[in-house]
Order: sequence, then C-alpha cells, then structure tokens
Amino acid sequence: MINFQFVRTSVIKTALGLVSKDSKATFIAGGTNLVDLMKRGVTAPEKLIDINHLPLKQIELKNNVLHIGALVSNSALAENQLVKEKFPLLMLALKAGASAQLRNVATVGGNMMQRTRCGYFYDTTMPCNKRQPGSGCGAIGGYNRMHAIFGTSEFCIAVHPSDMCVGLVALDAQVVLASIKGERKINFIDFHRLAGTTPEKDNNLQKGELIVRLEIPINNLNKNFHYLKVRDRTSYAFALVSVAAALEINNNTISNARLAMGGVAHKPWRLQLVEEFLKGKPATTATFEEAAKLAMNGAKGFGENDFKLKLAPNTIIEALTLAKAKA
Amino acid sequence: MEFFIDENDRVDGIEKVTGKAKYFAEYQLPGLTYGVLVTSTITKGKIIAIDTKAAKNAPGVLDVLSHLNKPSAAGYEQAGGSPMKIFYTDQVFFNGQPIAIVVADTFERATYAASLVKVSYEKTAFNTDFEASIKDAAVKKLQGAPPYVRGIADAYKTAEVKVEQTYKMPVETHNPMELHGIIADWGVNDKVTVYAKTQGVKSTQNTIANVFKIPAENIQVNSQFVGGGFGMALRTWPLEIAAIMASKQLKKPVKLIITRDQMFTMVGNRPAAYQKIGLGATKDGKITGITHTAFGQSATYENFTEGVVNMSKFMYDSENVNTNYYVIPLDMGVPIWMRGPGEATGAFALESAIDEMAFALDMDPLDFRAKNDPEQDPSQKRPFSSKYIKEAYKLGAAKIGWNNRKNKPGSIVEGSWQIGYGVSVGVFNAGRGRASVKGILKADGTLVLQSATSDIGPGTGTGMTLIASKLMNIPVYKIVFELGDSSLPPAPSQGGSATLSTVGSAVNDVCVALKSTIAELAANSNMDATSNFVDVLKKNNLPMIEKTIQSSQNNPEAKNYSMYSFSIHFVQVKVHQLTGVVKVNKIVSVGDSGKIVSPKTARSQMVGGAVGGIGMALTEEAILDNRYGRYVNNNFADYHVPVNADVPDIDVIFIDKPDPIVNPMGAKGMGEIALIGFAGAVANAVFNATGKRIRSLPITPDKVLEA
Ligand SMILES: Cc1cc2nc3c(=O)[nH]c(=O)nc-3n(C[C@H](O)[C@H](O)[C@H](O)COP(=O)(O)OP(=O)(O)OC[C@H]3O[C@@H](n4cnc5c(N)ncnc54)[C@H](O)[C@@H]3O)c2cc1C
Ligand code: SF4
Repeated sequence: MINFQFVRTSVIKTALGLVSKDSKATFIAGGTNLVDLMKRGVTAPEKLIDINHLPLKQIELKNNVLHIGALVSNSALAENQLVKEKFPLLMLALKAGASAQLRNVATVGGNMMQRTRCGYFYDTTMPCNKRQPGSGCGAIGGYNRMHAIFGTSEFCIAVHPSDMCVGLVALDAQVVLASIKGERKINFIDFHRLAGTTPEKDNNLQKGELIVRLEIPINNLNKNFHYLKVRDRTSYAFALVSVAAALEINNNTISNARLAMGGVAHKPWRLQLVEEFLKGKPATTATFEEAAKLAMNGAKGFGENDFKLKLAPNTIIEALTLAKAKA
Repeated sequence: MEFFIDENDRVDGIEKVTGKAKYFAEYQLPGLTYGVLVTSTITKGKIIAIDTKAAKNAPGVLDVLSHLNKPSAAGYEQAGGSPMKIFYTDQVFFNGQPIAIVVADTFERATYAASLVKVSYEKTAFNTDFEASIKDAAVKKLQGAPPYVRGIADAYKTAEVKVEQTYKMPVETHNPMELHGIIADWGVNDKVTVYAKTQGVKSTQNTIANVFKIPAENIQVNSQFVGGGFGMALRTWPLEIAAIMASKQLKKPVKLIITRDQMFTMVGNRPAAYQKIGLGATKDGKITGITHTAFGQSATYENFTEGVVNMSKFMYDSENVNTNYYVIPLDMGVPIWMRGPGEATGAFALESAIDEMAFALDMDPLDFRAKNDPEQDPSQKRPFSSKYIKEAYKLGAAKIGWNNRKNKPGSIVEGSWQIGYGVSVGVFNAGRGRASVKGILKADGTLVLQSATSDIGPGTGTGMTLIASKLMNIPVYKIVFELGDSSLPPAPSQGGSATLSTVGSAVNDVCVALKSTIAELAANSNMDATSNFVDVLKKNNLPMIEKTIQSSQNNPEAKNYSMYSFSIHFVQVKVHQLTGVVKVNKIVSVGDSGKIVSPKTARSQMVGGAVGGIGMALTEEAILDNRYGRYVNNNFADYHVPVNADVPDIDVIFIDKPDPIVNPMGAKGMGEIALIGFAGAVANAVFNATGKRIRSLPITPDKVLEA
C-alpha cells in the first residue's frame, strides 16, 4: 500500500514546522478534494498534516473588516449572521457550491486550494500538463466543454472550479498566509494564477505556507447583488459559467460595481474594467448589455466550450438584472 | 422501536430503511478475500506481457490471475464465439476491459497491488466514434433487425406534409447506487455459492454452469436484495466469472466490487443511437407514411440489438410504414438493455417527430395523436387486448392544465423564463413468461410463497403478497414471499416489465390450487365450503399443505391479441431565455397498464421512471474521448443523474382497468412505460416554450442557447 503518515496537531506553529521540513508533506482539511486525488493516484503525499484542530474557525468583525478563519466550513460561513448581513453575495456563492454534505466538511482554505475538475487531470493514463508537466494537454482538441475562455495558454485551459472564490474576488478580499517565517497578506485576486507555462501551479501559495484567514472590508454592496450559476443540473454540478454581481445604485445610477465570473478561467475572473465602465451609468438593460459585451474582450473558445462565448455575456446580463431587481 | 406496515406498504420496507436488508456485498464469509481488477489502458490490441512480480510480492496478496495463469473454465475451452471469455484471450476489445484480477486479504491491499501490475500491449488502430461511423454505414454490411415494410416504403416522401429529421441519443450508463460485483465461494466437490447482484438468480446459475461445465444444482445463487439494476444486472458479466475463477483457484471466497469508473465500461450501457424519421401526412392530419431508420452502438466482440424501431410499426395508424435498424460495432464495451430499453430511445425520436408534424399541420399534438390512433394493431392486424389511451390523454391533459397551452411556441413568458407544455406517449410489450411458485399454507394462519424471481427495487414481494392476500383473504402480514434464491422454484429474470405478469400468474395459480385443496379437505371432513383454512387444516391434523405450480405462459386466447402497456407523459417546463437552462415544473404521467395490483409500488415505478426520464431528457451523457477511447466523465460528479432539485412533484394517474386477456390479475407490466416517452415530452415542451427543437439528448443549456 502507499503508506503515508498522518499527523494531527492543534498548534499552528507545529503544523508549519512539519510542512516546511518535509517536501512531500501536505495539509489536509475537509479532505473532500485531497482524498479523491489520492484515491485516483493524482497525488501521493507521504505525510498528511491534519489541520482541522488548529484554532482557525472564528468569524469576527474587527475595525470594519470581517476576519474568516481558514478552517471555517463552507456551510458555517454561509449560515453566519455577519456574512448574511454584510456579504450576502458570498453567502449565495457558497450555497451554489457542491452539495450540503460536502459544504459541511469543506473548508475555506480547502475550497481555495481545490484543484481543477478537468477529466484528463483525474485520469492518470491520459496526458495532462497540470498533473504531469510536459505530457501535453488532453483537453485541447478533446473534451473541453467545461473549460476556460479567458487567460488560457497552450499548456492548459482548465478552470478553477470554486464558487466561493468568485464571490471573494468580487468582494476585494485579502488572504493571510503564514509560514515559519511569519505572516504575509496578499490580495485575493493575486492568490490564484493563470496557467501560463506552469499549469502545475494553481496559485501563489509558497511551499510551507498555510492559509490562516481571509479579510473582507465592509462595503455597501449588500443590497443589490446576485450570484448566478448556470449548470447542467439544479444542484451538485460545477458551473458552466457563474457570475457574481453587486451594484450600488443611487437614483438608478450605478455608483459602484463589482463583477466576477467563474467557470471561465484558471482563476476566479474579476472584471475590473467592466466595473469601471458601469460606474456612473444608468442601471438599465442597455448598460448591462454593453457591460457584458465589454466583459468578453479577449475571450476565446476551444470548440466544445464555444457556447460560453454566448452564455457568459448572457449570464452577466441576467446577474446584473437580478442584482438590480433585488432591492 | 416497533414498526407497522399497512397493506399498501412495501413488505420489505422496514428491512430496507433500518439497514436489515442484506445486499450481496454485505455477506461476511469466513476467510473472505478481496479481488480487484486490472483493466486495459489501451482501446484495442493485444496483451504482450503482464508483469505481476511487484504485485505478487506486495503485502497480503494471494494471487494475480490473468489469461496467462487462470484456472480452467471448461465452457471457455472451445475457441471463438461470444460473449467475451474473460482470461481466455490476450485481445483487448475496449478501454477499461478487465484483464487481470488481484486477490489479497484486504480490499485496500488488493487495490494497491492492482496498481503495481504492469501490462505491455501491442496497440492497433481503433474506432469508438459512433457518429463518424454512420457515414460509411451504407457501404458496410451491418447487422441489426430485418427491415420491415408495410405498404409502400418511404411513402412519406410524397405526402402533402412531411417531416424528415434526425434524432440523437448519447451513451447512458445505468449507474445504480449499488456498485456491481459478486462474492464467489468455490467449495469442495465443485459446489459453488455466490452472492450476486443479479436480476435473475436462475440465469446467473445457468451461466456459471455453462462456463464451468458443472451441474446447475451445484450452484447456489443468492440475491435477495438488489440496489438497483435498470437492466445492467440482466446478465452475468465477465468480471463475475473472473471472481469465480479466482475463488476456484484459491479455494477461498472472493469478493469483487468494481469501482464507479469501472461501472462505465464493463457492465453495459444504453447504446448511443442515431435515428432518422420520415413522417408524411395529409393536410387534414392523417398520417400516410412513417419511415424509421435507426443506428445503435454495439461492440466488435459481441452484438447487441434492441427494439428501437418497434413502436413505429403499430403506435399510429398508417398504411405505409417501413423501419430499418442497424448496429455499429465499435471498440467499446458491449451495451445492454437499460430501463425502457430501445423503445425509450425510439420513442424519443418518433414522439418528437409526431410533435413536429402536429406543429407543421398547426394541430394540437393531442388531437393529432387521437386522430391517428389505430383501432387495432396495424402491424399484426389484430385487436389490442386492452387499450385506453384516449382516456389517458384526457385525464392527463386535464391534470396538467393542457388548455393553458398555446400551440404557438414562445407564447407564455414569465420574467426571463418561457413556459411550454409537452406530451409524449410510451408503449411496451406486455410480456408474460412462465414461472413456478411454491405455496405453503400453514395451520398457524400464514402463507409462504417461494419463487426464484428477483426484486431489483420495484417491490416484487409486495405485489405478489397483495395478489395472494386478495385471493386467499389472508392479511399481508401473514404472508411471506421468498425470492432471490436459485434453489426456489424457477422463474425468469426480472426484466422487460414482465415479473408481475409472469410470477403473479403463478402466484394466482398456486393460490387457486391451495384454495381448491382446502375446499376438498373441507368437504371430506364435512366442513362448510367457506370454512377458514386454519380450521380445515386443524381438523385434518395437517400442519400445512404445499403446492408448486408452473403457470402456463399465456392464456390460449392471447395469440389473437396484441398486448401492450401504454403511458402518456405530460410535462410543463420553463426555459431561461438568456442561459438556456431547462427546468421541469410539472409532471403528469398516466399509466394504462391494466389493473393496478399494488398502488404504492406502482406509483413509485412511475415516479422513478419520470426521474430517469428527466435524466435522459436533460442531464445524462457518458462522454468518451475518441482519441483515447476512454470516458472522461466517469464519476458521479460529472455524469449527471438528476438530483432532487431537478424533480418537481409528480402526479401519477392510473387507468386501472383490468386487461381481460393478459393474465388472471388483468395486470400489465409498467416498469418500462414509466420511462418510455418521457424524454420526448420534455423535448416537445422545450419546443413549445421556445420554438427551438432540440433533437439531440440531453437538452443541456448550451444546446438550447445555440439552437
Ligand atoms: C462532487 C463534488 C462536487 C463539488 N462541487 C463544487 C461546486 O459546485 N463548487 C465549488 O466551489 N466546489 C465544489 N466542490 C469542491 C469543494 O468545494 C472542495 O472539495 C472543498 O472546498 C475542499 O475543501 P476541503 O477542506 O475538503 O479541502 P481538502 O480536500 O482537505 O484540501 C484541498 C487542498 O487544500 C489544501 N489546504 C486545505 N486547507 C489549507 C490551508 N488552510 N492552507 C493551505 N492549504 C490548505 C490541502 O493541502 C489540499 O491540497 C465539489 C467537490 C466535490 C467532491
Ligand atoms: S486543461 Fe489543464 S488540467 Fe486539463 S488536461 Fe489540459 S493541462 Fe491538464
């Protein structure tokens, strides 16, 4: 059997020490992704460091910034009163993800770190640059209906599958990372990467680093918001395209906007240029349509996912429309 | 805690919900070992070598068997023939083919050791591309069904109004929750006991007897509870033979359960299909010609055919009908019937085309169907034993609110959603086979009935108990129906919606026989003819009486009739104008399947059929990468069966009128009609909502958006 060590600690420092020493050590949180990957032979860590007992389960408001521990479960986060009140967009994104059973054990950190669902990545007999750099990309020229239309490279066209992260990127979240050297804070938008020439790297977490918490500054985007996820069945399916939209509207004029997409890129896809475009415009269908068109700059299909070139802008229009209608 | 069932409940309901019901994998035999399969990673070619050294040296491993070292299976010694003889060939016929079995003391160790087996192959060119293979189909000599012609072939071409379209169906996999497998125990003196997942304990017994050339009596097959079959457990698969070989070799019981991804390759699937329908009608809506040509996916090493074009021959009254059915052999695992089988595939095409024609004629699709409803079976020129389809149309239409439907597509809009209504019919042969049942009537007031039939979920025991209860006037809780055991009186496999008709008839006959024995005993002992059997048995000092009866296959009258069960499905859907998402809002399914013997389980069949129908219509598709011959969505996250949130409340209506011919209960099967036609109703509703005709299943958002 492929033997591995299983170490449990309730001390952050110990966890960091363990993972920094051992190049084949990895954290395990809810295990909903990691265990599947181990079972399929995609990854074979020699040491699992169970971080579920680390003190990273708090959700607190400090100086108008919401702090969310990395081990808060997806369902606890979605049900949290502060989240419901201040960041209902995040709540919707969370609830659109996976199934109730999965959300009960899936953690914030694990959700950010979950790997792509590309079928070639999971089948070790097929080529995949992400799993085995240099082996080729099975999805290009193959089954790529679920794949990216933005920021792709000739090495990988996979998407990041998370819903939660689409909400977070729209909310200007920040990520606090810890290692034995100390803590650092980066913008959520800089956490995930595009595939480029190194598709094996999903994000900028350094070896030995632990996600400890998220910080989201309070905003006024809790009135006109929507998370719209288009998928092949009503629940328990990954997004074909999803859109997180939030607007501040005064006298039918948009004063602030946030817009991000899921299911379209190797990272949660924030649309800052479109947000800028929306500001100062009337909150009308015509504006939304123009915004959607703008959002598609640079989009490129790979055959089976060409439909996303139409679905993505449509979903933006509908999400903005529903966000506007909310108040 | 105590539980009570009322007479409509499943007799095994409490066992099922409390976990007492034992499924094959749950049997703990002493010394049980675990088998794990090694499968091919190429699609076609030859195995050159299998290096098992590392696997054999791995901890806990007992043996690794393949074609190089298997124990003999006498029935496989002769060369050639079908089905695939596992471990008797070095040929690879499809990707994911089982080519070796590793047996170890634990499942985990066997799994690991299986990963250490190194196989080298000589690859050859292969073809798994169904649609591309149809293009040159004409020039190849394809197998299939004999062509059928009534009247003039292709008469639709000269009709006043015609519809000529192509309909596509992807590969679907059965994928019940319970994974496939077997526990095999080859004991001394070639006595074999298996715990199987099977729709037919007798068929499993016979297959094993034939493969190993041992007497059937030597083989005991147990399969009391089955966690869903849908057709995939209608045959004994090579993997089961592999486990039995391993047990024979090791002289130990071997348990083999395949993985979810293996469920996509080695236990069959609903074949992909490509169908062309030509429909001709007069301007006033009389059908003048139906041409139905279907291609089905099959395998190179074994042929599989099914009744895709059957319905077109008799469902509508047309002087001219011709059908063709071909299968395309591909380098893929061989398909097998999946609920509703070919008829469900065919109904999608025919019923879509009927809807297209009604639209072309500007007729209400129900009126169009009613106008072309035949008085008798036009293909056999004989009456139907019973058929109340027009009544079913009316009941279903009233329930769904058909009068709210507008014939013009896109007429009903609610916010971003368009609303539409659709209808489609389903039909399936009301088959009846021959079965034996033993009845044991006891002086303690109970009745035990035994038959080697199966219950893959529909509630066979419940139905049989209710039949006996009514006839014998014994409360259901005093009746036990035993099944799933090959030593019981023989019965056919559970398939083709025939169990209730077949085994139920034998239950009926055995009850009648028991009653007449009681009546005789009563008369002989000077008791009243209406005396309770308990009193009669006691008076005669009999602890029990027994009767075993084989039911005759059919009423002698049956040959003068066509016997079918019918269904009609109504759905209301909403389709999102911007995203193409389709949601089924309302379902009304009407079953015309004779007398309903067991209302609760019958309803449950219709509900299950509708859920399966939503899957067929909207979500299910097994996707294969033709460059590699491998499935890319072979797991439950990516192969989408409907979830609860996809399923609205389902109204089920039964005509519930006895069929006078089919069997003594007047009951016709309904497992298949619950699904057959459903997908067509959804596709027709999507058209009515949007004006977009989607002719390729499943109807996913991308197809709606791009139509
Ligand atoms: C069938 C299925 C359907 C799903 N559908 C959806 C969906 O629709 N939308 C969606 O968003 N998600 C979906 N998911 C994914 C699910 O959200 C993730 O599996 C889950 O969030 C992972 O969290 P976890 O705690 O279980 O992570 P684990 O599996 O424990 O870990 C995943 C990875 O994260 C690393 N990790 C975990 N915590 C930390 C930390 N604090 N710091 C650094 N590294 C860490 C681990 O080392 C590991 O590499 C689905 C999953 C499944 C199995
Ligand atoms: S898209 Fe990325 S993950 Fe998928 S096969 Fe290509 S390289 Fe691998």
